[in-house]
Amino acid sequence: MVSTQHIDEPINAVPLLEARGITKIFGTLKANDNVDFAIQKSEIHALLGENGAGKSTLVKILFGSLQQNEGVVLWNGETVSVRSPSEARDLGIGMVFQHFSLFEALTVAENIALSFDANTPLDNIATRTRDLSQQYGLPLDPDAVVGDLSVGERQRVEIIRCLMQDPQLIILDEPTSVLTPQEADTLFETLFRLRDEGRSILYISHRLEEVQRLCSAATIMRHGKVVDACDPRQETAGSLASKMVGAEIDEVVHRESAATDKVVLQLNGLNMPSTHPFAVALKDINLTVNAGEVVGIAGIAGNGQGELFGAISGEDVSTNANAVVIDGHAVGLKNISERRKIGGAFVPEERLGHGAVPALALSDNMYLARHASDSGDFQSGGSLKVIAKNAIKNATKRVVEAMDVRKSAENPPAAALSGGNLQKFVVGRELDRKPVFLLVNQPTWGVDAGAAAHIRQALIDLAASGSAVLMISQDLDEIFEVADRIAVMADGRLSQPEPTARMSRERVGLLMSGAAENGEAA
Amino acid sequence: MRLELQKRAGASTLFSILSPFIALVLTLVAGAIMFVILGKPPLASLYTYFVEPLSDPWAREQILVKATPLTLIAVGLAVCFRSGNWNIGAEGQYLIGGMFGAMIPVLFNDWNSPIVLPLILIMGMLGGALYGLIPAFLKSRFGTNEILTSLMLVYVAQQFVDWIVRGPWRNPQGMGFPGTKKFNESAILPSLWQHADAHYGAVIALVAAIGVWFMLAKTTKGFEVTVLGQSPRAGRFAGFSVKNMTIFAFLFSGAMAGLAGISEVSGSVEKLDDKLSLGYGFTAIIVAFLGRLNPLGIVAAALVLALSYIGGEAAQISLGVSDRAARVFQGLLLFFVLACDTLIHYRVRLLRTPKKLSGKTHQPHSPSQVDTAKAKVWNQVGHGN
Repeated sequence: MVSTQHIDEPINAVPLLEARGITKIFGTLKANDNVDFAIQKSEIHALLGENGAGKSTLVKILFGSLQQNEGVVLWNGETVSVRSPSEARDLGIGMVFQHFSLFEALTVAENIALSFDANTPLDNIATRTRDLSQQYGLPLDPDAVVGDLSVGERQRVEIIRCLMQDPQLIILDEPTSVLTPQEADTLFETLFRLRDEGRSILYISHRLEEVQRLCSAATIMRHGKVVDACDPRQETAGSLASKMVGAEIDEVVHRESAATDKVVLQLNGLNMPSTHPFAVALKDINLTVNAGEVVGIAGIAGNGQGELFGAISGEDVSTNANAVVIDGHAVGLKNISERRKIGGAFVPEERLGHGAVPALALSDNMYLARHASDSGDFQSGGSLKVIAKNAIKNATKRVVEAMDVRKSAENPPAAALSGGNLQKFVVGRELDRKPVFLLVNQPTWGVDAGAAAHIRQALIDLAASGSAVLMISQDLDEIFEVADRIAVMADGRLSQPEPTARMSRERVGLLMSGAAENGEAA
Repeated sequence: MRLELQKRAGASTLFSILSPFIALVLTLVAGAIMFVILGKPPLASLYTYFVEPLSDPWAREQILVKATPLTLIAVGLAVCFRSGNWNIGAEGQYLIGGMFGAMIPVLFNDWNSPIVLPLILIMGMLGGALYGLIPAFLKSRFGTNEILTSLMLVYVAQQFVDWIVRGPWRNPQGMGFPGTKKFNESAILPSLWQHADAHYGAVIALVAAIGVWFMLAKTTKGFEVTVLGQSPRAGRFAGFSVKNMTIFAFLFSGAMAGLAGISEVSGSVEKLDDKLSLGYGFTAIIVAFLGRLNPLGIVAAALVLALSYIGGEAAQISLGVSDRAARVFQGLLLFFVLACDTLIHYRVRLLRTPKKLSGKTHQPHSPSQVDTAKAKVWNQVGHGN
């Protein structure tokens, strides 16, 4: 079934797939802004960019899960419209997702059979699975139950399922994020073999050294636009990183710092083992944040930022009381409510489902984060803890006015607010408490420019009023605009923060790519 | 043509009120069809089931008697289900509660004191709670599926109670029949009025329903239940513990089921025998959902389900329909209640389907051949979004 007909194409022929002027708008957000992109036959092409840069949107359009507002897609030089993933597959585009969709109770062959006609015999599929897995060096037993397989083996199932369709273009989304280095090496050999057969591979990854090893072309996206196209083999990890985060953009002029020498947050050798296969372990993190300053933590997504948030907020409790010290209290063993009571305030990355319950009213979501810290105002009836609904409604009103939260009803469910307005509410809910320490993860993620400016200003004002602010963000512009000092997270480790004035984007990019581990102590 | 469900922007208030009633109507329609198939006059049969008992004072009292344990159990289950824990084993907790409560009157048959009654009610709650703790512990400690463990423990409880009333606790003067000695006066829940079958358990059930409504609607504990049931991650952010909630939900619903068990034993049977397990613990699941997991709605739902029990007995006599028919009604009702809840979050629309392509052999390269079935499977597998 695997043909080698397209191996002798001339080098500068028509691209296998070309996207011209793709624009995709979600509400007020341009997720893709006039994106041009082309992948040649027999090429491994990297798609690079920060979280929220628009990579996923572009890939979803190419794979038919989303429809573009403007622009055309060309396949072998002909305009095509890809209206669904199954049309994409019929065209010859296959995709292997980062998170697998396999039934653990079924066998490998049964899982693969699910994406075929009901009348394709299972034996047939098992045989082809065995053949393909041998052919591509991805050993796999078709009769094994998926629940018994390792993460790497499960990925093989996804890859074989994709190869069954004989695709000419294979899209891989962060394929090595779940693999051991040895498994990754096996995967790379398979990818080279596929390329040598004339297939093309679109490779999405944050791991720059992998991209340099594998890919002969790269398209770099930032804020929904294509900012560069280059040959990653001609670049260094540092130069790729700075292209991703946009070193060529003018530096923001920094304001006067209000930092004092009173330590508010202290992390002392904070360690956290990873709790599931997709989690990152935190390794010996040391940090101090003083009253009056904003410390920014930069880093590429998935390097332990979410885990750090959990450890500092108390959603995940440490085994060492002194690992987290807030305002002089050793709270490493305390839960999030206890940490709030001594002045801690927390804004998680995800608004819906983490920072707020989607179906509950705003006032209930006010209570969600403040029932322990504001028990005096928000509760009555002693140990019955009767909810004082009026007091909560008043506080909700106060936050809505202070943050200019626009809503359609008096007290709508959180899910009815736009992302930006809900984010303003979730941040405002904490600011209203005048916290001693605020930890915020991705304060303006997916938020329109107006709301983002409002939130950033609020963070700066909070610090100026004498609180300590720790901001985790993947948006370097934001970090340079808001933070007094900048630290970088890579692979569960945190670099020592340095004053923003002394930090350059190049240096942040280097730290992001993990250069700090290789010898640099700073 | 095909039916398609479209997600509404928000939950529909209209349908959240209407849906139990639509479910009731659909149950009656399906019931009428069932009677036609059985060769019985459908309207007369429905009348026997659902109207006749209401006109008879004795039957009305029996409805009250049956609604009592249903309300008590369902109110506990409402807390449990709202918190996202699925206790299917209330029947077992009900039995063990009855047995625990019977311990004092059985072992100290001569003890006459006003504190005996409150004590045995507390013992009943304790027994149910402890029995509910088993699946809760297994879930929070080992991640076992509480639906399976709680259900299987029902059968354990049934066998255990059956053994104890035939063996160690059997009344020596009972002519060999399974069952303990009759309780003495101070261990019996008094009747509501003279010679009535209805007992003060009904009052306890009503008070419990109001109390649990207050807890769910007004207190922080109720808020915790709602938040953890809807979004465990946001619950963690709020400082609530999923594991502690599992323990609490099972202890609470177990205690309520245990209270139902002991009030049935002490109020209706006045001894522990082998006929305590009547399926109230399972019917209460239907009651809880029909009452929209709202304790006050549950009181009404319990009366409806109790009516189906009494109507079933009447129909058995006057129509010659098996008493299983009442169970069929209850099953239909649960099915339709859950199905109608779809209307709260979805709009049903009739769509014209494009003509299906008759692709016999699979040709992955032909772009024109969009195999809808395949796309559907693919979407189910999770790739679609």
